[in-house]
Amino acid sequence: MAYSEKLLDYFQNPRCVGEIPDAHAIAEVSNPVCGDVMKLWVKVDDGRIQDAKFKAQGCSAAIATSSYATEMLIGMKVAEARRITRDQIAEALGGLPASKVHCSVLASDAIKEVLKGF
Amino acid sequence: MRPEVVAAMMPVFTEHFGNASSIHWFGQQAKSMMDDARQQVARLINAETAEVVFVSGGTEADNLAIRGIADSQRAKGRHIITSRIEHHAVLHTCKDLEKQGYDVTWLPVSGDGLVDPEDLRKAIRPDTILITIMHANNEIGTIQPLEEIGQIAEDADVYFHSDGVQSTGKIPVDVRKLKVDLYSMSSHKIHGPKGVGALFVRKGTILKPTMTGGGHERNRRSGTENVAGIVGFGEAARLAREGLKTDMPRVATLRDRLEAGLKSKIELIHVNARNAPRLPNTSNIMVDYAEGEGLVISLDLKGVAVSTGSACSSGSLEPSHVLTAIGKTPDEAHGSLRFSLSTMTTEEDVDYVVETLPGIVERLRELSPYYKRV
Repeated sequence: MAYSEKLLDYFQNPRCVGEIPDAHAIAEVSNPVCGDVMKLWVKVDDGRIQDAKFKAQGCSAAIATSSYATEMLIGMKVAEARRITRDQIAEALGGLPASKVHCSVLASDAIKEVLKGF
Repeated sequence: MRPEVVAAMMPVFTEHFGNASSIHWFGQQAKSMMDDARQQVARLINAETAEVVFVSGGTEADNLAIRGIADSQRAKGRHIITSRIEHHAVLHTCKDLEKQGYDVTWLPVSGDGLVDPEDLRKAIRPDTILITIMHANNEIGTIQPLEEIGQIAEDADVYFHSDGVQSTGKIPVDVRKLKVDLYSMSSHKIHGPKGVGALFVRKGTILKPTMTGGGHERNRRSGTENVAGIVGFGEAARLAREGLKTDMPRVATLRDRLEAGLKSKIELIHVNARNAPRLPNTSNIMVDYAEGEGLVISLDLKGVAVSTGSACSSGSLEPSHVLTAIGKTPDEAHGSLRFSLSTMTTEEDVDYVVETLPGIVERLRELSPYYKRV
């Protein structure tokens, strides 16, 4: 298997799973390449992300990158969060096999989408 | 590989390492071992020994059959008929021939993956030179009505090739009854070594070799023979023939136990091709609200090796062409799993999967934003 230990850990024990009932923004994105989906909930106060949760239906890489990216968001300034790139997410999880690089796009797209109104 | 296969191969590496094409005694010894293997493979499909051509595997067998006929018959016509659910070795070879100016008809299949012989009959034209339709499908296990197809091909006087890689050794195969002119086989699918296979070529078939050189295999396929591989293949063929009546019904029972067990423990799962005649060892299921690659990785971490038709796991990022052809949407194919059983699979193995998979599915569904919103 070409996945790192860290990625497998985030796939098997994903952090920040769930929904936020009183979220300030919700985004749902799907990957046009393979059909994976991610939904992201955030609470934003004073330009800073107070809380974030996600749900995803997709492969192990999609779930792990979604979880890692959601965790990254918490406590981050909106402006800073907007600059998160897919490569940053993939690298933090030990890189992705060539055929799975597109999976990290899901999380970076969701972040951009959910922060649109702030 | 079966231990008997390894045992049969070992002496070829240590004692009988002669070149089967040499006339010295140890070359001839290798040749005689190869002849025995050829006989075993021939027997498995009721062919004559001279009709068995050893090649490097199923892919080469398919290439030799299709390109060999396309080339030798080009003066007669350039029309080939195949199905939409062929293995890539046939599919991509036919696509390549399309690029070279051949005309290919891609027959549709039913929801269970069956070709309608009537569709085939209607597709035949005066310039049709080859019909190539697989015996059994590698992903969903559907067994085609090959005898009927063979009769249509014979009546129309068109060469008929079938990719028998999945069916050989799993169900009885009689090339005379099936009326095939060419039939592809692979050694490792019947617990033989990888890197060896065979093409049955009916006596009198005009086939242009794809591999030219020293004229090995009665001028059908040049290249020094893979004697150890061939000997192993022969032993695997012998064992497969012995086990057809005993091992395979047992494997089918295990497959049924697996499917019944999973259906009783997991909601919203579907067994593909369940209404068609199927191979005893193949089970293809679709799990709603879970993705195949995630299921495969989760099972792998628990020691179970399976595969999926999900786009996420294929290099091309396309969902399985077989699942698409039987009418499944990319979303449905997204959650597909293929279990391959064998003579070595035990009841405990099956029960372990039935115990393990429900938790995995439940976990992935908990993560899904769509589940429970039904």
